[in-house]
Amino acid sequence: MSKRIEVEDLTVYYGKFTAVEDVTLTIEPRTVTAFIGPSGCGKSTLLRTLNRMHEVIPGAYVEGSVRIDGDDLYAPGVDPVLVRRQVGMVFQRPNPFPTMSIRDNVLAGAKLNNTRMSKADADDLVERSLRSANLWNEVKDRLGRPGSGLSGGQQQRLCIARAIAVSPEVILMDEPCSALDPISTLAIEDLIEELKQQYTIVIVTHNIQQASRVSDRTAFFTIAGTGRPGTLIEYDDTVTMFSNPSVQATEDYVSGRFG
Amino acid sequence: MTDVTGPPNALTSGRLPRWATPVLLVVSWAVMLGVFVLMALAGGSDVAIAPALFLGTLLFVVTGFVLSLLVEGLRQAKDRLVTSLVVSAFLVALIPLISVLFTVVSNGRHRFDAAFFSNSMRNVVGEGGGALHAIMGTLEITGMAALISVPIGLLTAIYLVEYGRGPLARAITFFVDVMTGIPSIVAGLFAFAFFALVFADPGIRFGFGGSIALALLMIPVVVRSSEEMLKLVPNELREASYALGVPKWLTILKIVIPTSIAGITTGVTLAIARVIGETAPLLIIAGFTASMNYDLFQNRLMSLPVFVYTQYANPGADVAPYLERAWAAALTLILIVMLLNLIARLVARIFSPQLGR
Repeated sequence: MSKRIEVEDLTVYYGKFTAVEDVTLTIEPRTVTAFIGPSGCGKSTLLRTLNRMHEVIPGAYVEGSVRIDGDDLYAPGVDPVLVRRQVGMVFQRPNPFPTMSIRDNVLAGAKLNNTRMSKADADDLVERSLRSANLWNEVKDRLGRPGSGLSGGQQQRLCIARAIAVSPEVILMDEPCSALDPISTLAIEDLIEELKQQYTIVIVTHNIQQASRVSDRTAFFTIAGTGRPGTLIEYDDTVTMFSNPSVQATEDYVSGRFG
Repeated sequence: MTDVTGPPNALTSGRLPRWATPVLLVVSWAVMLGVFVLMALAGGSDVAIAPALFLGTLLFVVTGFVLSLLVEGLRQAKDRLVTSLVVSAFLVALIPLISVLFTVVSNGRHRFDAAFFSNSMRNVVGEGGGALHAIMGTLEITGMAALISVPIGLLTAIYLVEYGRGPLARAITFFVDVMTGIPSIVAGLFAFAFFALVFADPGIRFGFGGSIALALLMIPVVVRSSEEMLKLVPNELREASYALGVPKWLTILKIVIPTSIAGITTGVTLAIARVIGETAPLLIIAGFTASMNYDLFQNRLMSLPVFVYTQYANPGADVAPYLERAWAAALTLILIVMLLNLIARLVARIFSPQLGR
């Protein structure tokens, strides 16, 4: 179910502006990889290039390659829609579809793609996805109610359920807990721990403790100054990164002495 | 100071009692009415109520400001001044609306009867007759205009919001703005000239031409309002959909449009309301007739605004029944627009995103 991601010499541009420069890293299957670094260092941009979501922004393009189990995402003729069906994404702010019920939100990926599905299959998929997202017990009696009526943490878990309902190989999470309270954050972190059994997970976080709690490997990015591109400083096992980093800047950042 | 024990609260300040505003207003009106009554008695003329009320309100605004300045201070006084100005402006804006409604209802109710809705004007001279042919004509012409302009307008708006980049999109936006400013008579002349040339018939009159003229007026309104509504859909929803591997066109069809359908419906209704009362273009291209005609594509087709105009412009020897019919038709037109608005509200409520727990 999960795949290896190899990023090679990747440079991301927004028009003339270089957002991220020359990143090379390999993300192993069934691991959690955290991207940390100060604001504006390009972590989210890099994350978005892993399923070509950066293309939503006009003028954004990349150089270099991203391979998922050997298939280059940026080879000519690659359909971004097919890429996104394999690489799901959870956003910073919970964004359930306001016009849909909780059930329809979970089924959104299938329904929006006009996939035919029997009611029994659909029910099964809803329950499976919501159980995986640890949300089933909270919402099983109100699947027909609007998803926007849930609390922020529940909405975010609904978005995760929605993402895993299309059975992707990889799940990208762009600061999934930054809009949530500590209890909901804990719920999501537990969930990431469970999802790791099946999926490759990449998470961007501003919360250094969170990176140390949930991730197996950590990548630290930073920028030399405003207007300069973000660069990958160090990429290693999380334990090493937090106990014995090889670069001084990493140590400064993870110990809170940065800037 | 009241008999509060302990030190006074540093955050309090002087405050006019709650009843000060209404009492002051009534007193101001009474004073000015008194002045005008005295003037009327002295001059032997009638009491002019409207100027008295106007000057009374002015007096209230000024005295209210001064009183508040003395008791409450400058900031509160300014607040009161602006509040009274805003409320007065609102009431002034309301006067013509209520006046129009009142006039139309009081004049139109005489002929607002079953005969009016079941008869045409064929072979009617003087009393009797009705506007069924005009009502049907208006519904047909406007319905067809909506049928033409809603798809075109909505698709244009979708292009502008979701796809349009660069000079083409800018040009479209510019020409839509230009179209908004077309005088309705020009739209009518365009339709007339166009069909007269196409069918080589310099005296051409038919309902569908009226629909084209009205569609010309409707499209820019539909584009503008739908565009605004589509822009309001948060980008996060589009991204969420893309991230699920949903193609762009399905995202637009199943996420963007449903999320904004309430606003789009309202915009379309407003556009219909804008053109349903158009007289000039229909006078040119749809013409006027006293007979029933259900066919949009052949022969002259009456519409309510033109009906009002012809009843008023060409009365017979006895003017009264013609004027009464004109008023009744005006009332009918207003009711149709109100009904449309009501339906739009209902649709908006049904389709809008539900935010319940």
